[in-house]
Amino acid sequence: MVVGSVAAIGAGLAAIGAGIGIGQIGKGAVEGIARQPEAANEIRTNMIVAAALVEAVSLFAVVVALLGNG
Amino acid sequence: MAAFSICIAFYYNASVAQGAANNGVTEQQHNAGQKEEGDFDVAGTILDHIRDHHSWHLWGHTAIHLPVILKTDKGFEVFSSSKLSDEHHQPAVYNGNYPYKLMEGKIKIMNADGSVNAEASKKVFDISITKNVVSMFITVFLLIIIFLGVARAYTKTGVTSAPKGFQSFIEPVIIFIRDEVGKPYLGHHAPRFMPFLLTIFFFIWINNLLGLVPFFPGGANLSGNIAFTFTLALFTFVIVNVNGKKDYWKHIFWMPGLPTPMKIFLMPIELLGVFIKPISLTIRLFANITAGHILVLSLVSLIFIFKAVAASAMAVPFTVFISVIELLVGFIQAFIFAMLSALYIGMAIEEHHEQDLVL
Repeated sequence: MVVGSVAAIGAGLAAIGAGIGIGQIGKGAVEGIARQPEAANEIRTNMIVAAALVEAVSLFAVVVALLGNG
Repeated sequence: MAAFSICIAFYYNASVAQGAANNGVTEQQHNAGQKEEGDFDVAGTILDHIRDHHSWHLWGHTAIHLPVILKTDKGFEVFSSSKLSDEHHQPAVYNGNYPYKLMEGKIKIMNADGSVNAEASKKVFDISITKNVVSMFITVFLLIIIFLGVARAYTKTGVTSAPKGFQSFIEPVIIFIRDEVGKPYLGHHAPRFMPFLLTIFFFIWINNLLGLVPFFPGGANLSGNIAFTFTLALFTFVIVNVNGKKDYWKHIFWMPGLPTPMKIFLMPIELLGVFIKPISLTIRLFANITAGHILVLSLVSLIFIFKAVAASAMAVPFTVFISVIELLVGFIQAFIFAMLSALYIGMAIEEHHEQDLVL
C-alpha cells in the first residue's frame, strides 16, 4: 500500500516537472510568434518537437512509477 | 523500402514474441483478483489490455486463436492456442511434448499434481505468432500495398506529372520527412539514409495509428511494447556505429582540444552516451504509446468504477478528446524517432575541421 502511494506521489511530481517544462515552451513559442508572426510555422514545429521531448522525460518517470507499483 | 520492411519484420518476429511474453509477468499478478471480488479491478484490466496475447479477442466470447510455437529441449512444437483454454474459457492443460498451461500470460510446464514446474519452464522458448506479431504483419502488409502502389504510379506516369489518388497523400509526407528530417541533419548524405528514415517513420506511424483503432485489425499495443521499440532502436544504433567516421570515434575516446585529465574524465561519459542514445529512443516511444493506451483505457474504466451509465456522459467525450491527442502523439513520436535517428547518424558521419575546435 505504501509503495503504491509513493509511486503515485512520484507520478505527480513528474507531472509538475512536465507542466513547468511545457509551460515554458508554450510561453517561448507564443512570444516568438508575437514578435515574428511570419516565422509562426517554423516555431510551431519546433515547439511540438520540444514539447514531445519534455513529455517523454515525464513519461519515463511514469513508467518507473508504474513498475515500482507492480 | 517495402522489401526492407519485410526483412525488419522477420527479424523482429522472434524478439517481439519473446520480449512480450516476458513483459506481462509481474503485471499480471493484479489480474488474479479480478474475478473473485465484486469490485472492478482497474489496474488489472488496463494492464491486461496493453499486454501481448496468444489469442486476439474480437467480441464477447469470440476470439482468433493464434498459433503457439514453442522450442523446448525436445525440439519445436506448433499447436493452436485454443488448446490452452477449455470450453469455459478458463486456462486448461495441453499435453504436447510436455503438459503446458497458460499462467499469467506465459506458457509454463506443469507437474502431474497441477503445480508449475519452474525448472523445466525456464527451458521453454516461446516464439509464438502472438497478437503483436500478427499486428506487425498487418502493418507490413499495409506498407507493401501502399508503397508498391505509389512506387508503380511513379514508374508509370513519371515524376513530372501531378500525383494521383493515394500518391497525393503520401508524397507530401515523404517530402516533409526529406526536408524536415533528412536534409537538415544529414545534408548531402541524406539520399543514402532516406530509405531507412522513411521506413522507420512509416512503420512506427502506421503501428501507432493501428494501435488506436479499438476493434479487430488494430488495438494491439505494438509500438508500446519495449521489445519492439528496442529492436527499432537497435537498427539506429548499428547504423550510427557502422557509419561512424574517424572523427566520431575520436570525439568519444580522445576529445580534441581539451587538457589530458579532462579527456580521460570524458571518455567513460562519452562511451556511456553511445548506449544511452538508443535506450532513450526505446523508452521514449514505448512510454509515450503505452501511456496513451493507459490513458484511454482509464477514462473508459471510469464508467465501470462509478457503476453508472451516466458516467459515460463525462468519460466518452474525454476519451474522444484524448484519442484525438493520441493521433497527434502517434505522428509526433514517429517523427521524433526518425528525427533523432537522423540526428545521431548526422553526428556520426560529420567531418570536423580541426581549426574550429581550438578553444
